[in-house]
Amino acid sequence: MKQSKRTPIALLVMALVGLWLFISAPSGVTMINISTDSDIFKLPDFALNVALICGLAVAVQIAGLLVSGYLVLAKNHKTPRWVVIMFAVALVAEILIGLFAGKTMTFTSLLQGSLALAVPLIFGSLAGVLSERVGVVNIAIEGQLLAGAFVSALVTSLSHNLLAGLIGAMIAGALVAWVLAVFAIKYVVDQIIVGVVLNVLVVGLTNFIFSTLMVSNLPLYDQPDRYSNILIPVLGQIPVLGPVLFNQTLIVYLMYIAVGVVYFVLFKTRWGLRVRAVGEYPKAADTVGINVFRTRYISVMIGGALAGLGGSFFTLGQVGAFGKEMTNGAGYIALAALIFGRWNPIYAAFAALLFGFAENLQYGLAIIGSSVPSEFLLMLPYALTVVAVAGLVGKVTGPAASGKAYIKS
Amino acid sequence: MKRVMKEFTGGSAFLSILAVIASLVVGGILIALSSPEVQSTATYLTARPSDFFQALWNSVFGAYDAMFRGAIFNYKAQDTLQMIKPITETLAYATPITMSGLGLAVAFRSGLFNIGATGQIIFGAMFAGWVGIYVDLPWYVHFPLAVLAGVLGGGLFGALVGFLKATTGANEVIVTIMFNYIAVLLLGYLLKTPILQAPGAVNPISPPVKDSAKYVFFLGDQFRLHGGVFAMIIAVVFTWWLLNRSTLGFRFRALGHNPNAAKVAGINIGLTYILVMGISGALSGLAGTSQILGSEQVLTLGVAASYGFDAITVALLGRSNPWGVLVAGLLFGGLRAGAVTMQANQGVPVDIVLVVQSLIVLFIAAPPLVRAIFRVKVSKEVAA
Repeated sequence: MKQSKRTPIALLVMALVGLWLFISAPSGVTMINISTDSDIFKLPDFALNVALICGLAVAVQIAGLLVSGYLVLAKNHKTPRWVVIMFAVALVAEILIGLFAGKTMTFTSLLQGSLALAVPLIFGSLAGVLSERVGVVNIAIEGQLLAGAFVSALVTSLSHNLLAGLIGAMIAGALVAWVLAVFAIKYVVDQIIVGVVLNVLVVGLTNFIFSTLMVSNLPLYDQPDRYSNILIPVLGQIPVLGPVLFNQTLIVYLMYIAVGVVYFVLFKTRWGLRVRAVGEYPKAADTVGINVFRTRYISVMIGGALAGLGGSFFTLGQVGAFGKEMTNGAGYIALAALIFGRWNPIYAAFAALLFGFAENLQYGLAIIGSSVPSEFLLMLPYALTVVAVAGLVGKVTGPAASGKAYIKS
Repeated sequence: MKRVMKEFTGGSAFLSILAVIASLVVGGILIALSSPEVQSTATYLTARPSDFFQALWNSVFGAYDAMFRGAIFNYKAQDTLQMIKPITETLAYATPITMSGLGLAVAFRSGLFNIGATGQIIFGAMFAGWVGIYVDLPWYVHFPLAVLAGVLGGGLFGALVGFLKATTGANEVIVTIMFNYIAVLLLGYLLKTPILQAPGAVNPISPPVKDSAKYVFFLGDQFRLHGGVFAMIIAVVFTWWLLNRSTLGFRFRALGHNPNAAKVAGINIGLTYILVMGISGALSGLAGTSQILGSEQVLTLGVAASYGFDAITVALLGRSNPWGVLVAGLLFGGLRAGAVTMQANQGVPVDIVLVVQSLIVLFIAAPPLVRAIFRVKVSKEVAA
């Protein structure tokens, strides 16, 4: 079989972007600051020569392109994954160094911000994984996140109890998922329709209650307490990694656990096998005595609860108040991350991190002021996603029965 | 007679009406719950229930009365012109939603989930806007050219998605989501540069479109309704013809039913993806022209409003059937026009419309639920 040329073509496109960045990169140095106050030992700031690093990065990219091109065109092999990863690392490093030329990049806080933006996306994509693996397309991630954000803000404000808010968020997310499940499973309605409509419904309901109830007394209804960071001893004091990964709020730690647990349960337990069987071939699953409907309800609702949890991160973890439509499309990005990550919780989490990183980059650059028009910087993550999806991921196939209602005969 | 009645109550049109009623009832409950008068009279409900029910009636009836006067016919207006203005507002809102909804219907029928209407509307508006603003021609050339540019803009942006899917297998859901962001940002950039920004303007806003490129305001300038409404009708007929009567539409539907079978039958899948997305985008581009050459006349960041997402709901509610999309578009246009009046007169937030709209779609999509709510029995003839 002839290998598709799309990977080398995608690499070529990206290498051209890299080359353009190299040519237009200003001369000078980029200061990198990676130490924070809590570190055990301090690493000094260091300076990197922009032209040198960008040149090296472009060299790596061209090497990767040549390897990929040679293998695919001459040898009819696939492009090895490490080549793609090396290429991507070089491009990202180049973008970072080039954009921060002449400025100081606080690397640690850049990563912290990325993780913060990625948390709801990761929870959202987990919800999608659990739902789609069992055969129910979940477009309603956005609604589940928003419901979680809203209820957690309301409940925490009223009760002054963060745990109550957290549980409220999970219930809210699970409730949206339940409606999705009822319409998809019991009433056999097109799952995409229900998902899209549920998003509108949650936006409508939360906006309505926000403008009629919350606005009338914001201190009472919309001033929840916020999570404080929990520093994990020793781990949290490692430079760079510590402050990014182990000095976080409870929700972030729950996110680590959730990714691991969802992966383990889906791929290593009997229940997970059943879930996947129902999502691939419900009739066969039914024949061997698996309760298709019950499995679908449970998996979809657990997913919804996780998305609700992720939604609470907007209000309890970050902003500290609910705002109209504050999830702002995160659910759709989570959906993209889930497809990008091929319906695998861990890959999806990494894809979500990538989106978080790209989104955070904009804020970092907006603060230091960069020479490139901000719109194009903002566009970069979305454009590169398209190139990546088209070139590197290509045709992905989800669970076979995803989106199809099961009618027991 | 009994049988006729039975057939009627079992039919889908009747169920749709019930679905709308059920949604309005739920909306009414929300309106009542949020009304301060209802809340205050509820505190002495047992002492004087009449106050409570009076307040309840006032809040709900007041809101829906305002909605009716905003969407269909304003019987309280001073003169006839003002009385019929609401229905023209409904049509004006319905025009872009329906056009874009038709585009999505074409994609849905072909098994492609196009979420990119927002981006495609924006591209249509940018292309049409550029021609409308900067080109100098007599109206009989200028206007068609501007519309064509818009249709082409949306169509090319849509076709690009189809091209990517055809050549690389890229998932159209991801690509269209990303393209929406890209389109908004590109518009933002162009509105900050001399390419589209009005000379001397500080805000991201373009110069106005020339008169020679505008849709005709055939009812006079005090109405927002414009010739785009006729373009909408043409688009409905065209989409119906395309999907149900043309060979191309047959290929589209075959692709939607079973891509593998379509491939075996000799249909060029890749080319069909490109055509589907191209036509789908072109109809959203037409919606963009209705915005820029009709309702808005200057290009701003809000040119696509929320029509891109409304269009998804409308296409789904209309079951991707062109006439169904038209009815759904008119319904949503009416709700939107009515909501504006409702907020102005009664202080009910417009967001209630989102709730009612989504409930309508949910209820219509699940007839058994509506039957259960209203305890309508299924007649055997219909059920069979």
